[in-house]
Amino acid sequence: MPVPTPSPSISGLVVEYAPAPESRAVVDIKSTYGLFIDGEFRDPLDGTALKTVNPATEEVLAAVAVAGPADVDRAVAAARRAQAEVWGPMRPAERAKYLFRIARLIQERSRELAVLESLDNGKPIRESRDVDVPLAAAHFFYYAGWADKLAHAGLGPDPKPLGVAGQVIPWNFPLLMAAWKLAPALAGGNTCVLKPAETTPLTALHLAEILQQAELPPGVVNIVTGAGDTGRAVVVHLGVDKVAFTGSTEVGKEIVRTLAGSGKGLTLELGGKAANIVFDDAPIDQAVEGIVNGIFFNQGHVCCAGSRLLVQESVADEVLDRLKRRLGTLRVGDPLDKNTDVGAINSSAQLDRITELVAAGEAEGAQRWSSPACVLPSLGWWFAPTLFTGVALSHRIAREEIFGPVLSVLTFRTPAEAVEKANNTPYGLSAGVWTEKGSRILWMAQRLRAGVVWANTFNRFDPASPFGGYQESGFGREGGRHGLEAYLAH
Amino acid sequence: MPTDRLEVRKTYKLYIGGAFPRSESGRSYPVTDSGGKFLAHAALASRKDARDAVVAARRAFAGWSTITAYNRGQVLYRVAELLEGRRDQFVALGSTGDVVSAAVDRWVWYAGWCDKIAQVLGSSNAVAGPYFDFSVPEPTGVVAVIAPQESPLLGFVSVLAPVLATGCTAVVVASEAQPLAAVALSEVLATSDVPGGVVNVLTGRVAELAPVLAAHMDVNAIDLTGAFAVADPASVVELQRAAADNVKRVFLPGPTPDWEADPGLTRIRAFVETKTVWHPVGL
Repeated sequence: MPVPTPSPSISGLVVEYAPAPESRAVVDIKSTYGLFIDGEFRDPLDGTALKTVNPATEEVLAAVAVAGPADVDRAVAAARRAQAEVWGPMRPAERAKYLFRIARLIQERSRELAVLESLDNGKPIRESRDVDVPLAAAHFFYYAGWADKLAHAGLGPDPKPLGVAGQVIPWNFPLLMAAWKLAPALAGGNTCVLKPAETTPLTALHLAEILQQAELPPGVVNIVTGAGDTGRAVVVHLGVDKVAFTGSTEVGKEIVRTLAGSGKGLTLELGGKAANIVFDDAPIDQAVEGIVNGIFFNQGHVCCAGSRLLVQESVADEVLDRLKRRLGTLRVGDPLDKNTDVGAINSSAQLDRITELVAAGEAEGAQRWSSPACVLPSLGWWFAPTLFTGVALSHRIAREEIFGPVLSVLTFRTPAEAVEKANNTPYGLSAGVWTEKGSRILWMAQRLRAGVVWANTFNRFDPASPFGGYQESGFGREGGRHGLEAYLAH
Repeated sequence: MPTDRLEVRKTYKLYIGGAFPRSESGRSYPVTDSGGKFLAHAALASRKDARDAVVAARRAFAGWSTITAYNRGQVLYRVAELLEGRRDQFVALGSTGDVVSAAVDRWVWYAGWCDKIAQVLGSSNAVAGPYFDFSVPEPTGVVAVIAPQESPLLGFVSVLAPVLATGCTAVVVASEAQPLAAVALSEVLATSDVPGGVVNVLTGRVAELAPVLAAHMDVNAIDLTGAFAVADPASVVELQRAAADNVKRVFLPGPTPDWEADPGLTRIRAFVETKTVWHPVGL
C-alpha cells in the first residue's frame, strides 16, 4: 500500500523515511473461518457470516462465521462438559503447564500474530509487535504460575472455580484482551466461551489454532464470533456462571440490567476520560512524549487513554508549542510500516463517532488544531492527530469518551484544582501525573479517583499489575493477584 | 409500683449529617413489640430525607476517607466503648445481653481492621520494567445499606462497621419493624468521635427509600442485605437494575446471613477499589 510519507521538520531538520513495511506473507489468512467449539472449527448452524476488513485499505480479509443462539448453546455445553469432566478435576500443576505452553506458542508465532493484528485492527506494527503480542504471551505466562498456587492468593484455603466464564471483548486490543480474559479464568479452573469483537476476530481465531497446537483439551476454550447479538446470547446464557465484559460504559450498564437477579458473577472494564496532569516542574520533553503516548497510542482507541491534558498554566504555552511540534513529526499511515506512529481508525462507525465529537468540540467553542503536515491515505479510515485548546469542563469533548486521536487541553493553577478537574468525570479508569517531586506524585495519587495512576509515564501495562476502574469505568480488576478474585468462589 | 413521676419519653428521629431531624415530610409510623404492644413512633423518612442523607454522606467522605487508618481504628474502638456503657438501653429495647456483647465485639473487631486492610488487600507488583508498581485498596465512596430486618442491633452493626472501616461513609436504612435500636445506636455515634455525616440513619419503608438510593447518581455502592426480607424478588431485581445507572457496586448477601459467625473479609472487599500506581525507578 503506497502511503505518502510526510516530511516532518524538527527545528528545520527535515527527516525523510523510506517505507519499511513488514511482510504480510508471514501470515496465512484463510478465506473463511468457522466457530471454535469443543476443540474444532465448526460451521455455524444457520450458516451466516460477516466480513472482516483491513481498516487501512477497506480490503476484505476473511469471512467469519456468526454464532447464533444454537451455536452459543453448543459452545456453552462444550465448556460445561469440559469444566466438569476435564479441566476442573485436572491437577492444577497440569493446568499450569497448558498455560505455559500457550504462552510459549504465542511467543513462537509472535510475528504472524503481530502482522495479523495490524491487518485486522489497523494499529501500527510497532505496537502490535512490541506491546500487544508480547503482553498477551506474558499474561498466559503469569497466570500459568497461579494455577497451582490458588490457595496462596489470599482468597481462602481452597478457592473453587465458578464454572463457565462468558467473556466479551473489544476491538482495540483483540489478542491482548483475549489473553486478559482467558488466562486468569483458566488458571482458576474455569472454562471459557469467548466472543471477540466483530471487526477484529482474526487473532482470536489464530489463538484457537494455538490452543489446538497446545493440545488444550476440547471445550476448555470456545470462541464464538459475531456481533452484538452473539455477545448477548453468551451473556444471558443460563449455562454461563460468570460474565466478564470489556467495552463501552453504555453496553456495560445494559449488561448489569440484563443480569440483575441472575446470580451470575460480573466484572466490567468500561470507558474512561483520563486526565494526564503536567506540573510546571515536569521534565517537559519527557512529558510531551508521555502526552503523545497517552492519547495517540493505538489511535486513541484506548479506554485508559490520557484524553484530557491538564497542564499547569505557567508552562501551558511551552508544553503546547512542543506538543504541536511533536505532533508534526508523527507518521500516520500504513499500519504495517515499521516507521508508522499512528495507524488506521478501526471502523467507519468509529470514524463517524470521532468526527461527530470533534464537530461538537468546534461547535461548543473549543479551538481545533491538527498538524498541517499530516497527509492521510485516500483509502481506509483515518483521522489526523488532533488537539483542542480552550476546552471547558462542560464541553462534550471534555466529558465523553472519544476513543480516537483527539486530545482536549485544559489548564490549572494549583494541585488542588488539578485534582478537582481530574476527578470531575463519571469515569475513573486511569490518570497520569508529571512532576519531578516524588511527594507530590504520591499526594496526587492518593487523591485521584482512578484505578491506575501513572507517574511520569503513561499507558504501561503488565500482567502482574491490577487494572480496572472506579465509578462508571467498571468494577473488578484484571491482572495480578486481584485478577483471580472474579474467577474463584471464595 | 405507683409513682408520682411521669417518664420522659424519647422522640425517635432520623440521623442525618450529625443532627437528629424529624422527617421533612412530618410523617411517622408506629413501632410495636413482637406482641403488638405500641412502643414508639419512628420517623417515616421521605425520599427527600434519603437525598439529604446522601448529600451529608458525600460531604463527610473527604474527611473520613483521608484521616489515617490508625485514627479511624481508634474512632471505631471508641464506638465500642460507648456502646458497652449503654448496654442497658439496648437490652431495654429488646436485645439480649449476649447480642449487645456481640455488637460491641464486632465494633472492636472492625476497629482493628482499619490499618490492616491495605496490607491484606494491597500488593507490590513485580512488573517487567523499571517501575515500582503497587496496589492499594481505597474506599469506594458513599455506600447505601439496607440493614437486616431480623437483627436490629448486631445485624445493623455488622453491615455498618465494615463500611466505616474501609473509609467509606454510609446511609443506612434501619430495620423497618424494629428501628429503635438503630436510632439508639445513632445516639451512640453522635456522642462518639465519628464525624457527623459519616453515618446517616433513616427509618421508614425500604420500598420507598431503597429505590431512591439504588438510583442515586452520587451513591457509589449499595448493600441490599435487608431488602430481601421486605421486598418481593422482582423489586430487588429492580433495585439492581437501577444501580446500573452509575455502575454502582452491588453487594448481595449469601442465602442466610449468620450474624453470630465470623464475618471474614467479604464486606470489606465489597467496598474498596484497588488503585495501582506506577512509579519509575531511576536516577
